[in-house]
Amino acid sequence: MAWTRHQMAARAARELQDGFYVNLGIGIPTLVASHIPRGITVTFQSENGLLGLGPFPREDEVDADLINAGKETVTFIAGASTFSSADSFAMIRGGHIDLAILGAMQVSERGDLANWMIPGKRVKGMGGAMDLVSGVQRVLVLMEHTAQGGAKLLRNCTLPLTGAGVVKRVITDLCVLDVTPSGFEVIELATGATRAQVQQQTEASVSFTDSVT
Amino acid sequence: MVEPAVDSRSSFTKLWPDARTALEDIVSDGMLLAIGGFGLCGIPEALILALRDTGARNLTIASNNAGVDDWGIGLLLQTRQVRKMISSYVGENSEFERQYLSGELEVEFCPQGTLAERMRAGGAGIPGFYTRTGVGTLVAEGKEHKQFNGVTYILERAIRADLALVKAWKADLHGNLVYRRTARNFNPNAATCGKITVAEAEIVVEPGEIDPDEIHTPGIFVHRLVHNPNPEKRIEKKTTREV
Repeated sequence: MAWTRHQMAARAARELQDGFYVNLGIGIPTLVASHIPRGITVTFQSENGLLGLGPFPREDEVDADLINAGKETVTFIAGASTFSSADSFAMIRGGHIDLAILGAMQVSERGDLANWMIPGKRVKGMGGAMDLVSGVQRVLVLMEHTAQGGAKLLRNCTLPLTGAGVVKRVITDLCVLDVTPSGFEVIELATGATRAQVQQQTEASVSFTDSVT
Repeated sequence: MVEPAVDSRSSFTKLWPDARTALEDIVSDGMLLAIGGFGLCGIPEALILALRDTGARNLTIASNNAGVDDWGIGLLLQTRQVRKMISSYVGENSEFERQYLSGELEVEFCPQGTLAERMRAGGAGIPGFYTRTGVGTLVAEGKEHKQFNGVTYILERAIRADLALVKAWKADLHGNLVYRRTARNFNPNAATCGKITVAEAEIVVEPGEIDPDEIHTPGIFVHRLVHNPNPEKRIEKKTTREV
């Protein structure tokens, strides 16, 4: 038993606070937009130059000039703004974005993140990921706990880094972990997940807060 | 005090007959170009086609992406006119991958925000800047590291392009530009960093028809203007929702 992708996204959505400006990565993080808690307002940034990202367009709303960072056609909400790439990354690098939620291939116990390159395989580039992880106020990783049975939460990343010491919290299908000076600390277990299961599927050592049973 | 005559610049125009004539006397082999666009959104379509038709080779192109196989900068890869790309993301292009893996094409991967800032800096006379982006990664290798208030930054160098090609939605004859939606992206930054900047616009109007407060790129950054009223505007990933 563990969280589904939507349950993971819903748990990540509980990290959102009223008034936050948030950047969501591709994959599971995009699901977070469907789980915003009632009563709070969050504005989504798309790093290609849009603040106030809306839902996908209806067929008759499709506009080639309006896309998200994944190059998908989108819409914008009332109060949205568009801007240049330099302004967009001023928001990101200048610490104006409250939270980035993104996927990862590996996270180390010091908060190192690898999510852009596998040596020897096709290299596509880092896009805006390096800017995001080094610039926004808080970086939350949302990912499966393991990949094809292989551990992703490691003592040291083996893949080239996207950023060093940048991740503050990780939400997986098994648990929620914080990156602390003494390594990964599990603060919450997914429904049905156990301490033993988390320990078995994590290469790095993990500790558990007392409230986690 | 001498008052300038009101109509002294009335015949002043940067509009060229077409993309071919706007480029043919300023393009040369081995040039460094900055080209606007994000994916296929907001790319200067007509200028890229005209650049291809000049036959110029050994080009270095700073552009966030490299188009797709048969559109955008991908067209210049088909004809092997590009020696090096400076980009943040180059997926969706199999010819790019083939040339890169075979060593025909050099690629400098540059984080997206760093690329935008390198163009912005180049246009603003700033030769380099320090950023946290890339510290502790492959991007930082060989670059100067410096601490400010206990935080480590790396030195990134500006891009000053020989030629910048950009796409606007609306322009006036003085080269003032207005972009539309997310087709703005890198275009304003690329426009400033060109020693020569050529813009293509869907709509071209007389000076005065665009309110000065609404201009995104002041005409001083634009040297030549081309009218392309019906760009193809290909969509990479059309996504819609059910009604």
